[in-house]
Amino acid sequence: MINRDSPVTEDELHAYIDGELPADRMEAVTAWLAAHPEQAVTVASWRAQSERIRARYGAILEEVVPERLTLDQVIRSDRASGRSWKIFAAAAALVAFFAGGATGWFAHGASVGTRTSSFAVANEALDAYKLYVVEVRHPVEVPGTERQHMTQWLSKRLGEDLRVPDLQSIGLKLVGGRLLPGPTGAAAFYMYEGASGERFTIYCAKAATPASAFRYTAGERAAAFYWADGKVAYVVSGPADRDKLEKVAKAAYEQMERDDAKRS
Amino acid sequence: MPTFQQNVEATIPALRRYARALTRDADIADDLVQDTLVRALRSEHLFHGGDVRSWLYTILTNLNRNRLRSLARRPVLSPIEDNDAPDLAGPEAGGRDIERALATLVEDQRNALLLVVLEGLSYREVAEVQGVPIGTVMSRLARARVQIKTYLDGGRPALRRVK
Repeated sequence: MINRDSPVTEDELHAYIDGELPADRMEAVTAWLAAHPEQAVTVASWRAQSERIRARYGAILEEVVPERLTLDQVIRSDRASGRSWKIFAAAAALVAFFAGGATGWFAHGASVGTRTSSFAVANEALDAYKLYVVEVRHPVEVPGTERQHMTQWLSKRLGEDLRVPDLQSIGLKLVGGRLLPGPTGAAAFYMYEGASGERFTIYCAKAATPASAFRYTAGERAAAFYWADGKVAYVVSGPADRDKLEKVAKAAYEQMERDDAKRS
Repeated sequence: MPTFQQNVEATIPALRRYARALTRDADIADDLVQDTLVRALRSEHLFHGGDVRSWLYTILTNLNRNRLRSLARRPVLSPIEDNDAPDLAGPEAGGRDIERALATLVEDQRNALLLVVLEGLSYREVAEVQGVPIGTVMSRLARARVQIKTYLDGGRPALRRVK
């Protein structure tokens, strides 16, 4: 390997202290550091940072794991928590109302009449997404295992024939759904989850306009695709990763289209 | 060959360590670990092989991001400390110092640095956990180290933006 003569990059200096430097560059980097004492001091300070971090938190590894974090206990409490979800859901709905109050609700109130529009629905949906996406134990009122019951219930409350898309083909499992207050009455809210915990939601409400194009809106950390299709407006929300979100929105859209075609 | 649950169980002490460094609060950290375990056990059927450990770090990192996001939505934030300067030297102070330095980092940088330095993940594994290219992991790491050095050297870092 003639690698020893190529210039040393900053990435290599990090790789050097993190044990990621290829063996054939070791000699070149150590020689370069010997010739550049100022940079050698910086590299030593990075190494010292790592040592301080390990010194500060290393001992936690030796601590006895608290009872509640043993797997048996986690499994048991997870089962027990299923019983109290109804009370919690009621509380969560109240929180939703007040949490939305500061910005979302007034903002949407101001826009009613002028442009109730899918934009207001999208804002509402994003607020709901941000509120429920953090929920671990009680993200939904009806679990995804009761898909059919949930579809019937939410369809009845909205007064529209709803569909709950199956997104398993893109790695998303249906967590479940809930009923929410929306700008045009009741709204249906479904939550999906990927293998590593990333969540996406679909929000359905009565549409103010009969049809609209696919639109995209992004906040700092969350984003949404929305469209109206006949009588229902749909908002697919998720982390602010446009490509991924578009994939989810398209999969949901295509499936609802397909179902529509089948039913008509 | 250890089972899925055995693999999860063996990672719990390390998850607690990572969570503590991320949150700087023992109770919040253990809540985060508990939520991670609940999530992992419920999603076992979604786990298609690979490294259980990286997968658990991914879940914990995502949950912590969700937690910070919900904190940011609350109107009341913790008070600004007026004695936020680096502590004087001393063994006890040294630990708090590095804690505070870590707290000044942007979340993605803190995640990357802790996963590499504390948890011993490879750059490639961190790239998977964060869902970004390795180059992005390396630039996060580099910026984290510069920021910590600035803080520890006594230079007052730019105020962290509250999102």
